[in-house]
Amino acid sequence: MNLVGILSLLVSSTFVYSTPLVFTALGGVYSENSGITNVGLEGIMTMGAFSSVVFNLTFASTFGKLTPWLGLLVGGVVGLLFSLLHAVATINFHADHVISGTVLNLMAPPLGVFLVKAIYDKGQTENITQSFGYFSFPGLADIPVIGPILFKNTSAPAWVAIIVSIILWWVLYKTRFGLRLRACGENPQAADTMGVNVYGMRYAGVLISGFLGGIGGAVFAQAISGNFSISTIVGQGFMALAAMIFGKWNPIGAMLASLFFGFAQSISIIGNQLPFFNHIPSVYMQIAPYVITIVILVLFFGKSVAPAADGQNYIKSK
Amino acid sequence: MLKVTPKTKKILVPLISIFAGFLVGALIMLIWSYNPFEAYSSMFSSALGNMNGIGETIREATPLIFTAIGFAIASSAGFFNIGLPGQAQAGWLTSIWIVLANPNMPKVILLPLAVIAGALAGAVVAGVAGWLRAQFGTNEVITTIMLNYIVLYSCQYLMQQVMSSKLRIDTDTTKTITANGSLKIDWLSSMFGDSRINAGIFLALIGVFIYWYLMKKTTTGFEIRSVGANPYASRYAGMSTKKNIIYSMLLSGGFAGLGGVVQGLGTYQNYFTQTTSLDIGWDGLSVALLGGGTAIGILLAAILFSILKIGGLGMQTIAGIPYEIVSIVIAAIIFFVAIQYVIGLLFKTRKASVEEPEQKTDGTNTANTTSTEGGQR
Repeated sequence: MNLVGILSLLVSSTFVYSTPLVFTALGGVYSENSGITNVGLEGIMTMGAFSSVVFNLTFASTFGKLTPWLGLLVGGVVGLLFSLLHAVATINFHADHVISGTVLNLMAPPLGVFLVKAIYDKGQTENITQSFGYFSFPGLADIPVIGPILFKNTSAPAWVAIIVSIILWWVLYKTRFGLRLRACGENPQAADTMGVNVYGMRYAGVLISGFLGGIGGAVFAQAISGNFSISTIVGQGFMALAAMIFGKWNPIGAMLASLFFGFAQSISIIGNQLPFFNHIPSVYMQIAPYVITIVILVLFFGKSVAPAADGQNYIKSK
Repeated sequence: MLKVTPKTKKILVPLISIFAGFLVGALIMLIWSYNPFEAYSSMFSSALGNMNGIGETIREATPLIFTAIGFAIASSAGFFNIGLPGQAQAGWLTSIWIVLANPNMPKVILLPLAVIAGALAGAVVAGVAGWLRAQFGTNEVITTIMLNYIVLYSCQYLMQQVMSSKLRIDTDTTKTITANGSLKIDWLSSMFGDSRINAGIFLALIGVFIYWYLMKKTTTGFEIRSVGANPYASRYAGMSTKKNIIYSMLLSGGFAGLGGVVQGLGTYQNYFTQTTSLDIGWDGLSVALLGGGTAIGILLAAILFSILKIGGLGMQTIAGIPYEIVSIVIAAIIFFVAIQYVIGLLFKTRKASVEEPEQKTDGTNTANTTSTEGGQR
């Protein structure tokens, strides 16, 4: 295998594995910048994965190639509705954010499997027929060297995720909405005094995280697992949470951290196809991503500081 | 609106949460046309209706008590320890390995040795996260998540490649441990209809007492709680933040490790390859949240949790209702516990009482506009 071949294999599998993390981590960024800690990303992803698979199985014949993309929207909407639970509990009902988020994680897998049993009368769904395959950008794929590595047989959702993260960075740091959202996460009293609707902003933050987390789960289900069962989403939501913290609550940072996790994960999966790596005992390849994450975190990042009012309830005075 | 004393309210609110959780489960069953009465009666009768069921329920609760205490200790120091599964797994493999490697050692030495070693293994895993946090400020959420995976794959490797093949049946299962290292007590098992109940429950009760004593009666416990409540003030008062971070994580991991020990030396009597993070770790987290982090709360929550889990199996076989409903009920109960502020609105506390200031529960206090009760627990 030549260098370009190795690189293109690496890049495409990195993209595939990191896309769900990118979307979900971006969701986490928005929720936490509004001041609501969201450890329920795992549960939101599960609901997104569940609903997109059901949608995909039901409408694959109607929408054909478009099905997985519509599945993303369905997963996003269901994730958004599911995250309402977290929003109401934390914003209106003064619930502890960690407990409420944990409820999402506890609720989603049994609910998904229960519904699968109720709908299909078995514990897991069939495999979907319309999944995200490989995609080549017309024109761009023909550029020498860069083309085959980045644009040929690559993952289209990954490019969407990267573009979305840049847009969301711009929204968070360059628009009035973003400034207000961050104000609610840093100092809700001050924001309230200035006339910002703190509850509204926090709802926006949580619901955006629900939508993006749902998309993350839908991408995972339709690009990687191909079906829904109790073991479809096991830990990806927590990895996304880690990516968000790693990326210092910044959309671009979260995207880069997700890409790194995806890269590390794909190394351990495709390692046996690569020269040099295939001589390393598999256990080292398996634990390498996690060890490297800790090492990098310790060496280069040190303390990561959350938005000041993250995780604190704001109770408006009367 | 009912008028009650704050003390009654403290008992009523969780009871209503539990009731509401069951109600949510019943509603979901009704929507999909299952019979909730049949479901719940079969659940309770199989978990509590015979000695075997009771024994299994207690057995199920045993490791959860330990992992929940583990979560609660870290939590009171202000840390979110989601590394419980990995810490428990380290304790499980370590204790089994030690017992298998010493088949001829007398029980009085071997059993304590294996239990302590298991606790130490859990403590070491958590201690890594604690040390990194204290030394470099590395976020413990990330490190404990990563450590879960590292332990998961390392245990697989250690068992399959490092452990002598004489100690194993096949690559995925170890031999059953000998009686000199087991927590099984024959008369106890036969008393509870040959269930897998074991001496672990006594260890767990001791653990609950130690946890209560440690947190409420010792300086270490006080320091851990104050560092959790306000690290800056604690430092100003002369407490070492670093020391307390490491202590609390070591203790947390030690208890989680014991959860794995009772699972190994008590429930399964062997170790077998795990493909995902241990359930007792995640369930311990829920139990701790349900029990509000108090010693007695954790004990009661672990029992409730186990009634649901063991009863759910009976419900599935007897009434033919998917087991998942149990987990939905558990999640719903925890949800209602989390929004107890709203449930508390149902009651008016009597003015006479001075112990509990009213603004905490009814939110009418205007001077205190933010409530930090959320993020700092």
